[in-house]
Amino acid sequence: METYYNPEDLAKFDSMKEGNPELWKKFSAWYGAVFEEGALSEREKSLIALAVAHAVQCPYCIDAYTTACLEKGSNLEQMTEAVHVASAIRGGASLVHGVQMKNVNSKLTM
Amino acid sequence: MSEEAFGEALANANEQLKIINQPGDLPAFQKKFEDIGEGKLKATTVEILQINVGKMCNQVCKHCHVDAGPDRKEIMARETMLHCLNALSGSGIQTVDLTGGAPEMNPDFRWFVSEIKKINKHVIVRSNLTILVANGFEDIPEFLAKNKVEVVSSLPYYSASFTDKQRGEGVFDKSILAIKKLNELGYGKEESELKFNLVFNPMGAFLPPKQEALEKDYKRELWNKFGLVFNNLYTITNLPISRFLDYLVESGNYEGYMNKLVSAFNPSAALNVMCRNTISVGWDGQIYDCDFNQMLEMSLLNGAPRNIKDFKYEMLNYREIATGQHCYGCTAGAGSSCGGVIA
Repeated sequence: METYYNPEDLAKFDSMKEGNPELWKKFSAWYGAVFEEGALSEREKSLIALAVAHAVQCPYCIDAYTTACLEKGSNLEQMTEAVHVASAIRGGASLVHGVQMKNVNSKLTM
Repeated sequence: MSEEAFGEALANANEQLKIINQPGDLPAFQKKFEDIGEGKLKATTVEILQINVGKMCNQVCKHCHVDAGPDRKEIMARETMLHCLNALSGSGIQTVDLTGGAPEMNPDFRWFVSEIKKINKHVIVRSNLTILVANGFEDIPEFLAKNKVEVVSSLPYYSASFTDKQRGEGVFDKSILAIKKLNELGYGKEESELKFNLVFNPMGAFLPPKQEALEKDYKRELWNKFGLVFNNLYTITNLPISRFLDYLVESGNYEGYMNKLVSAFNPSAALNVMCRNTISVGWDGQIYDCDFNQMLEMSLLNGAPRNIKDFKYEMLNYREIATGQHCYGCTAGAGSSCGGVIA
């Protein structure tokens, strides 16, 4: 079935270098460095990436970082909590804009 | 074949080999190894004799490459054990690695261990832990301690739900009881000569985490939750054999998993694979390059002695090793062996 998202396309990510190899090289180097062990462990960084993947709703990233989380030693409970964190922020971000709605409402109504 | 096996057809070694070695896009392991530039995969000197003393086990684990279970009847006879002892006596082998099934379920297990110790060889037993608290085996922990046997045990995770999912209901709680017993005897304590190591293998179609990082997690969690200690954690990659192969095929993960293993091929790991210094003996005395080749019934190459009764140490050193596509499991990432990572 034709679909915009094909799992096989994830492996073709580096074909993005074809338009501009220099930018791809810089992105790859930076991306790799971001996920190296630092003040945060590789496992923690993968959990953050998984949460962000859900926030930006990227199926490629969800696929890649579910695998990465498992391969860094995280479990389903931890990954589920990470997704809840992303969801809470997304939900909270909508809800907190309700304050703007209230501000406008206050201004416009008697 | 185990009646409790997940895929009865795949309990047959030939059927497994048909899947593993089917022609496809993946490079042949042998060619991939030769591309490193060190020639064919060959043994160094044999230092470890790994002996499968039987396929009978009190557990039926989902990933088991031996297809072991309570209904398996293949048990090593004392006569074959005597051949193993003869082979050991006249060789430079220093370590005997006993595996199964549950090795403790072989009726001659205690005798065999005592005899190996008499000829001053180091003994490792791969214990599933639950057998150590099973009826009729309660004396085993003390026996192992008395004989200074190193214990290596699978504990797929430091929580019950994930462990039981792979190894069966109640396995985690029993494993914790067994570790407590081993710790009380001195096993796993820093100052003790009684070594106790744990094994992690992934619960699915993915590679294991970094051994060092996961060991820290295991040590912290087992200590904080249960006050338990152990020496080292070995992370092991699941090879596409037997029940795990069946799982890969059934779940549609086979192709993706093999691609992952091939993509992660690490020449440094390939040069340190355990078959280079290990010989594997089956319950019936047949000799293989490794435990995995044993399960796939892949014989030794080039006229090397094929049964332990014909064992000739010199003929096994520097031998060419029989390989297949399953070997990618030992060479992926940081590599994998019965002693954990190899690169």
